[in-house]
Amino acid sequence: MTVDIAPSWPLFAAVSLIPLLLATFVDVALRWRVAEPGPGIQNFHQRVGSWWVMVSIIALAVMAGKTGVVLLAALCSFAALREFMTLTRTQLADHWALVTLYYVALPLQYYLVWIDWYQLYAILIPVYAFLALPILSAIRGDTTRFLQRIAGMQWALMICVYCLSHLPALMYLEIPGYEGKNIFLIAYLIFVVQLSDVLQYAWGKLCGRRPVAPGVSPSKTVEGLLGGVLSATAVGTLLWWMTPFGVWGAALMALAATVAGFLGGLVMSAIKRDRGVKDWGHLIPGHGGFIDRLDSVLFSAPIFFHLTRYFWSTI
Amino acid sequence: MKKLLAIVVGKAIAFSAHLLTSVRGFWLGTAPLPETRVYFANHRSHGDFVLIWAVLPPQLRKNARPVAAADYWLRSRVRRFIIADVFNGIAIEREAADRQVCPIAQMAQALDLRQSLILFPEGTRHAGGGDLLPFRSGLFHLAKARPEVALVPVWIENLNRVLPKGEILPVPIACTVTFGKDLHVEPDETKDAFLARAAAALIATRPDAKATE
Repeated sequence: MTVDIAPSWPLFAAVSLIPLLLATFVDVALRWRVAEPGPGIQNFHQRVGSWWVMVSIIALAVMAGKTGVVLLAALCSFAALREFMTLTRTQLADHWALVTLYYVALPLQYYLVWIDWYQLYAILIPVYAFLALPILSAIRGDTTRFLQRIAGMQWALMICVYCLSHLPALMYLEIPGYEGKNIFLIAYLIFVVQLSDVLQYAWGKLCGRRPVAPGVSPSKTVEGLLGGVLSATAVGTLLWWMTPFGVWGAALMALAATVAGFLGGLVMSAIKRDRGVKDWGHLIPGHGGFIDRLDSVLFSAPIFFHLTRYFWSTI
Repeated sequence: MKKLLAIVVGKAIAFSAHLLTSVRGFWLGTAPLPETRVYFANHRSHGDFVLIWAVLPPQLRKNARPVAAADYWLRSRVRRFIIADVFNGIAIEREAADRQVCPIAQMAQALDLRQSLILFPEGTRHAGGGDLLPFRSGLFHLAKARPEVALVPVWIENLNRVLPKGEILPVPIACTVTFGKDLHVEPDETKDAFLARAAAALIATRPDAKATE
C-alpha cells in the first residue's frame, strides 16, 4: 500500500484528540451523575485536566518549530532531573558534579541536538559526563558510598537528559519523501506510547489478574500489558499514514515503542519502590511528577530514534 | 522607587525559589491561620527563610518577618536591601557585646504589632551531621516574654542540598516545608527543659524521607 494520505495537523489533531475528548465526555458525565465523587473520580478529573494542559503546551511548542520543541524537551529534562536527584543519595561533596550536571551537561546536550551535531550528542553524556562526574566528586575528597553516588548521578543524566533528548532529535533525521514532516514522528511516538499507558491502565482495571512483577508494581498486570500494548499497536498501525514506515513498519515501530515504554515504566517503578515513594513529584495534578508521566517515553525515545535512523533515514 | 524594586526583587526571589526547589508546604500540626505566631525552623542555608516565606499563603506572608543576624545581613547594601526592604526582616545582634538594643525586646515589639516571626533558634547555619545544633536561649526568653503567642516548629527538608554552606551556585533539588504542632512555654518550665522540648518538637516535624538517609 502506498502512502496516499499526507500527514497534516488538522487530520492528526482530529484523530489524536478522540481519546481525550472521550475522557472529557466521561468526566463531565461522571460529575453530572455522581453527587459526591470519590477519590477515584477526582483523580480522573485531575488527570483529564492535566492532559488538556499538556496537550496545549506540546501544541504551542510544535507551532514554535524546532527551537520550541528542543526548549520544551530541555525544560522537561530539567524538571525530571530535579525529581530524580531529589531521590538520589548525593553528598555535599557532589555539589560541583551537580552544578555540572544541571548547568553544563543538560544545556550542552540540547544545544548539540539543536545544531544537529549527532556524533557529539550521542557520546557527550555516555562518555564525557561519565568521566567528568566522578572526577569532580573525587576531587572533593568524600568517599562515602562513592560508587553509588556517581552511578546515581550518571543514571539520572542518562535517563532524564540523554534519553529524552532523542525526542527532539527526531526532527533532524533526513527521510526521503518525508521532508518537512518529521515533527509528526514526535507526535506519533508520544501519542502511541501515552495511549499505551492509558490502555494498559484501562485493561488492567477491567481484567487484570496476574501481576507481571509483583515485587515492583502490583498494578502492572499481564492482561493490562498485553491488552494495552496490542491495542495501542493497533491504533499505531492505523495511523501509518502519519509515518514514513508503511503499514507493517508502523505496526512494528508502534510495538517496539510500546514494549519499551512498558519496560521503562517497570524500571522507574522499581526505583520508586526502592526509595519508598509513590510518585516522583507533584507538579502534574493527578499524575504525580514529570517522570511519572514521561517514564515510558524516556525508554522508547532512543530506541524509536535509532530504529528510524537505521531503517529509514539517509544519514 | 525603592518600594517597587523591593516588590520586583521579592517576586524574582520567590520565582527562583520555586524553580530550584518546587517547594511545597505541609500543614500537619496546625492550619495556616492568620494569627500572630513564631515560626521556628532548622537552619542549614541562607535560603531557609525564603522557603518558609514562599510557602506561606499571601495573607500570612505579608505579616511574617524573618529574624536575621545583623552581622551578616547588614554587612553590605545589597544584603541590607534584601533583608530590610524585600523581606521586612528584623536584624538582631547575635553577640551580646555588639548590642545596642535587646533582641528579645525587638522581637516582642513586632509580636505586639500582630506581626509573626520566622526565626532560627540554632543561631547559625548547621553544616555537619546530626539533626540540629543546640538551641540558643533566645527562643526561651521570647516565649517567656510573650507566653500567649504560639510557637510553630517548621522543618525545612533538603535545602541544604540545594545550597550547602560555603557554596555559591544553588542546584535544583525538590524541597518541602513542614509545619508541626504548635507549643507554648509552661509557667514553671526551666530554660533547658523548654529548649529540649522545642528541639524535640522540631525533629518530630521532620518528614520520614528515605532519600536523605
